[in-house]
This record gives sequence, C-alpha cells and structure tokens, in this order.
Amino acid sequence: MTAAAIARATADAPPAPIGRSYRFELTKLLAQWPVRIALLACWLGPGLLVGIISQQSSLPSDTVFGRWMNQTGWAGSLLVLTFCCSWVLPLLTSLVAGDVFATEDRLGTWRHLLVAVRSPRRIFAAKSLASLSMIGLLALGLTASGIVGGLVAVGNRPLIGLDGHLLQPSQAAGMVLLAWACALVPTLAFAAIGLLGSIALGRSPMGLVIPALLALLLGIVQLLPLPVIVRVALPSYAFIGWRGLFIDPTMTGPLVLGLLVSLVWAIVASLLAYRLFMRRDFTDLAYDGVGRRVLVRAALPLLAVLVVTVGVVAVATPASGSGIDKRKLEGSLATSFAHLYRLQTDELHRPDVTEAQLSSKAACDKGGSLVDDVGAGNDWRCVVSWRLPGATATGQAIYQLDVTPDGRYVADGDGPQEVNGFFQVHTEAGDVPNPLWQFDGSVDLLTATAKD
Amino acid sequence: MRRPAGSSAGGPLVVVRENEKPLPEQLAVRARAVSKSFGDVVALDGVDLDVAEGQIHGLVGPNGAGKTTLLGLLLGLARADGGDLEILGSEVQRTLALPEGVAGFVDGPGLYPSLTARQNLAALLRLRGDAADGIDEALEQVGLSAVADDRVRGFSLGMRQRLGLAAALLTRPQLLVLDEPANGLDPAGTRDVHRVLTRLAAHGTAVVLSSHRMDDLAALCTNVTILATGRVVFSGPLGKLVAESDELDYRLRTSDPVTARRVAAETPGLRLLPDDDPLQRQDAEALVVRAAVPVLDDLVARLVGAGVGVRELAPVVAPLEAAFLALTGTTTAREDESQ
Repeated sequence: MTAAAIARATADAPPAPIGRSYRFELTKLLAQWPVRIALLACWLGPGLLVGIISQQSSLPSDTVFGRWMNQTGWAGSLLVLTFCCSWVLPLLTSLVAGDVFATEDRLGTWRHLLVAVRSPRRIFAAKSLASLSMIGLLALGLTASGIVGGLVAVGNRPLIGLDGHLLQPSQAAGMVLLAWACALVPTLAFAAIGLLGSIALGRSPMGLVIPALLALLLGIVQLLPLPVIVRVALPSYAFIGWRGLFIDPTMTGPLVLGLLVSLVWAIVASLLAYRLFMRRDFTDLAYDGVGRRVLVRAALPLLAVLVVTVGVVAVATPASGSGIDKRKLEGSLATSFAHLYRLQTDELHRPDVTEAQLSSKAACDKGGSLVDDVGAGNDWRCVVSWRLPGATATGQAIYQLDVTPDGRYVADGDGPQEVNGFFQVHTEAGDVPNPLWQFDGSVDLLTATAKD
Repeated sequence: MRRPAGSSAGGPLVVVRENEKPLPEQLAVRARAVSKSFGDVVALDGVDLDVAEGQIHGLVGPNGAGKTTLLGLLLGLARADGGDLEILGSEVQRTLALPEGVAGFVDGPGLYPSLTARQNLAALLRLRGDAADGIDEALEQVGLSAVADDRVRGFSLGMRQRLGLAAALLTRPQLLVLDEPANGLDPAGTRDVHRVLTRLAAHGTAVVLSSHRMDDLAALCTNVTILATGRVVFSGPLGKLVAESDELDYRLRTSDPVTARRVAAETPGLRLLPDDDPLQRQDAEALVVRAAVPVLDDLVARLVGAGVGVRELAPVVAPLEAAFLALTGTTTAREDESQ
C-alpha cells in the first residue's frame, strides 16, 4: 500500500458537507420538468387568475373573500390562499416532498448517492431541506403573484374583514402576509407526511400521492358534522384557522391550536421518516419500501398522534359538540351587521354612526322549534335589530344563514329591500354593491358552547 | 514495476531493481470470514478475499451467489454481520466508513436522467468538494465526448455504463468496484472499457468487477473469485484455475473429417462426443472431443502423422466458463440430457 493510502487509512474519509448535498438536491429538483412547470405556474398563475376574475361581474362568492374581489386587490390573494389550502399546497408537497426520496429508488441511484455523500443522515437532512426550500419557493410565488395580480387589477384598497370591519391597506397587507405565513405551517406537516410516504413506499407511485390523498380525505372529514375536538386535532385545521386573523379582535384560539397541531404532526412525521430512512439496508436489492412492517411503523404512530391530540384538545379547551350554537352566531352576526351598516351609511353619505350607537342584536333560530339551535346547516334564520341615534323605532333585518361545519357562514339578506334585500344600493354617484346584502362571517368553534 | 510510496494513482512509475528484495504485495482488499445475511437469507458465508493493488480481480458466480452483496460491502453500503474487512488498509467498522479512494457502482451506475452527462459528473465533483476539472478527460476516456451535453434520459444502457465508469474515474480511485461494467456495451465500448481498466490497474488501482461474461473476465482479470451460494469455491490467479481444470470439450475441424474421426477414436484418453449438438459442432464436418491438454497434444501429432490438416482446435466452452460451471455445480443442457 502506498504511504498516501496508509496515511489516509488512519481516518475514514469525511462525509460530504451538508451544504454541498443540499445544493445537489436543489439542482436535481430544478432539473425536473414537473417542478419547473410548477414554479412557472405558481409565479404566474395566481396573478393572471386574480386579474381575470377581478374584472368579471360574476365573482366566486362561495369562497371566503371572493365577493370582495372587485373591491380590493387584497381579496384576490386571500381567494388564492383559500384555494391553495384546499388543493394546491398539498399537491405541491406531493410533487416535491412526496417524490424526493422515491425518485432515487426509481432511478436506482441510492448506492451512488450514499457512496458519494457517505452519510445517510446528511442525505436525509439535505433532501428534507431542499424539499422545504422548493415548497417555500413555490408558496412564495403563489403569495407574490396573487398579491401583485390583485393590486394591479383592482388596486390597493381597504379590505372588509370576516366580521365586517375595515382593514386599511397597510393592515390588510400585513394580515394577508401573516395568513400566508400561517398556511406554511400545515404545509410543513403535509411535507413531512410526504417525506414519510416517499421513504415508506419506496418506488411505489402511492408515495407520491400520499399528501394529496390525505388532503382529500381531511377535506371530506372537515365537511362532516364531527365533534369540534376532532376537527381541530387534524393537521389541516390550520389551513382554515388563518381566517381568524380577519376578525377583530383576532380569533387566536383556533389559529394557535391549529398551528400547534400542525407542528406536532410535522415533527412526528419527520422523526418517523428519519427513523425509517436510517434503518434501511441499501444493499438489499429486493427492497421496494412497501412492506407491512414499514407501513405499520409509518401509519400507526400518526394514528396515535391523532388520538393523543384529540384528547389534549378535549381537555385544554371548553369546546364541545360541533362548536356552533345560537349564541355564537347571534354575537357574530350582530357585530358584522354593525360594521357593515357603517359601511353602507358611508356609501349613502348618511351621517356617520358608531357600532355602539347602533347597539345591534341578533336573534337566531335553526329549523324552527323542533330542531336544536346548534350545529351547521343552511336552515338558520336570524333577525337583526338595531337603533339609530335619535330614532325611536328599532330597525330590523332578516338573514338566512348557511353555516358550514368549520364555523364559516354566509349571511344572505332577506329584507327589507332598502337595507339588505337587494345586491345594490342607490347613491348619488350611481348604484354600488350593497355590503349588507350578502356577507361572510365566522364563529369561534373553541369557545364554550351553550345548548339552548 | 511498483509505484513509490506516496505517489498517487497515475503518478510516475519506478523500476524495482532485480537484486532488490521485492516488497510484499500490498492489499487493497482483505476480507476474512466475512458473512452477511438478509433476514433468513444468507448472502455471504465466511468469504475470504484478497485483492492486491494493481490487480484486476473478477468476481464470478451464478445469480444469487452473493456477488452484489460483496461488492456492496466493498463500497461501504452495508456492514458485514461477521468477519473482518479491510479496505485500503483500514478496517471497515461502520456503514459508509471507508477511506478516501474507493469508487464504483453496484446494480447499475447512479445517474440522473434529467441532467446531462457533464452535469452528472459536475454534480458528483461538487458533492465531493472537488474542482470541476477532468470532466472532459473522463468523458473522452470512455468515448462520450460527443454527447457530453445531452441529457442522460436519451442514453442507451451501454452509454450509461460508460458514464458510470467516467464518474468513478473522476474520483481517481485506488479501489474501483464495478458491477457488470460491460453490460449493454457494444464491442467497441467493451474495448474502451477494457483499455481504461487496464490502464488504471497499470497505475496501481485495484479493480474488482463482477460479470457474467466470461470472455470479458478472461480478457481482463489476473485473478478471479468464484462464489456459489455465498461461499468462495475458488479464489486465485486465472491461470491456476485454467490449469486445474480437468478435461474440456474441444471442437476439431480438419481437412479430412473421416480420417480425423478414426484417429480421434484411436487416441488413448480421448472421448468422441455424440454429434447431436449443432451449437457445439457448429458445422457438420466438425468433431467434438473431450480430453485433457496432454492428450490433445497427442491427438494433433497423430493427425499430422496421418496427413490430416488441423484447421481448428478450440474449446467449445472457454476454460473459465467450464471451471465456473464445474465449480458452481451449474450444468449445461447437454450434461442434463446425458444424466
């Protein structure tokens, strides 16, 4: 043996630094055409979409903030965020994190990579970091594109919150960015689940679709009338928790709890993925990743996390049942009505009036006297009453409420016509949208529920 | 010739004087009683292996004999369950804990189809922290300069094999471990690979390669190890293996087949095989005989004495292949039938 070899033999060659492995993983990701297309779509698509939709007379009012898209440029980005939380972000995690380990199985490059890097630990870290970086870059594109599209198409105008209060453009900008930041946390959880699927399922294409399938499953679960403690314990809850940012005061409970749950899922799924990866024998050519033992090691701990989280939420919060009741809806509706009434007053150039002066109240009933006044449904009927300063009579307006299990509702005005019965109001400058006709609202599912 | 201590692969060579006591042979690989199992399956069972610097060592064995597992251990992809393994003088105690200077591939070269040939090599160099020079030379050596900037997605199997070899060359290995390096190569590609490996070995690199192509191994290797069901059934110089081979089948083509048949039948220690295997005879006038080498010498002398011109006398199965078949217990269709 040469002296050089003997000298080297005293110490094993060091593993490749993680920075180099990270750059290598990024290079590989960027060389894949689906990732390139996704990057292009994320950086251009939302802007174009928001620009086009904002110019239409028919707006996507079934989506939160969709009805305000031609009023303010900030609504467009929030519409994009809602859509992304349902589908796009889980799909992106599938595309990137769900494939980042499996691709080495498909290409048969594990042994090559291990010999070059010499550390499975660093490979895991580099692949995970590269995936997260790429997902972050894609999410940044979605955020920036949606905001730019909305501001260019409609303009930097105040945004109407989910309780009717007005956010000035600078406030709206901060909240929109914060909402996107909040959505990154459950995205992290889905990415970790994607990494786990990619390792556990090897070259099987199932690994690629795990985050998307999970998003579909959780989306269906969120539509079911499940107890609120189960709903909040799901890793996808933070995908809707950001709505609390657009309520004054901020509805922090569901948001913070949702973020914490997502973080727990992200950490547990990452640890499981790391454990599975480090235990793999890369000389076993027969390994295809799909083994009952592997699936058990990946899936059962996550089920255990769900059970534990449900238990913790049940103990830590006063929530029970569906989390939706008459008292919460009445409070939310009365507040929203007061905020929006001021807006309408301003549009009609009437003397300003404060929410306190209006003293608005709501009385709600679900499905008549034979049905309990709790839970989701489109059979809620509410009467809002208010009093103008100096007036002796009490004004009244009727709303039909369509309440979804996640606590969001759409209030549809039923009259009188001059208050909330028509989609426009007449002003000296012409007809303008009537803010009291239809609006979105949201109730806090985690506060104590009172059964009437 | 021996490289001076401290020189790198490809460095200057020095001549060892005749009266100088030769240095002991330095081992790039030293394995003793190495074993490895996957669950209940024993892949390697007490394997001994010595590979000297500058040696091209062939690893032969039927499917499932443990070749790939052994190559994986040499690349540090796994740790042996038992026994001792030294690579370049360093005992392997953990997975992937190898000294610098080991390169190669098992189960095909690891290439990324979405990257070009040059990008694949550059990425490997960056990963190792090396400067991106030598790529053009490596591609030139394996005959891929013309497609350096083409994506690997469009490469044939042979081109991928060559690129995998180029990737291994870039690291200037002292121990090169290759699994079926000539797989998918055309004759020109095979010749290129042989040339590259021979040159590396001449510069002191130990090469361990597995192949099912006996002609490749016979042309390249100085030593071979034959594995069967995880055990070594032969390990040593190729010449020794051939010399130890007993009788072989030879195809005899002459100017007078009728006389040749009579002479062969009269030659002691030689057996004429039936004419029922056209693949072995190749033409109707050829004979197939089974004999040891000294008996063949006698046959040739008798044929010449009888005025018969000998046009061809060649083994039906290459000596290495015959030894492989005998040692691994693998039988040919002819032997199956005769049994």
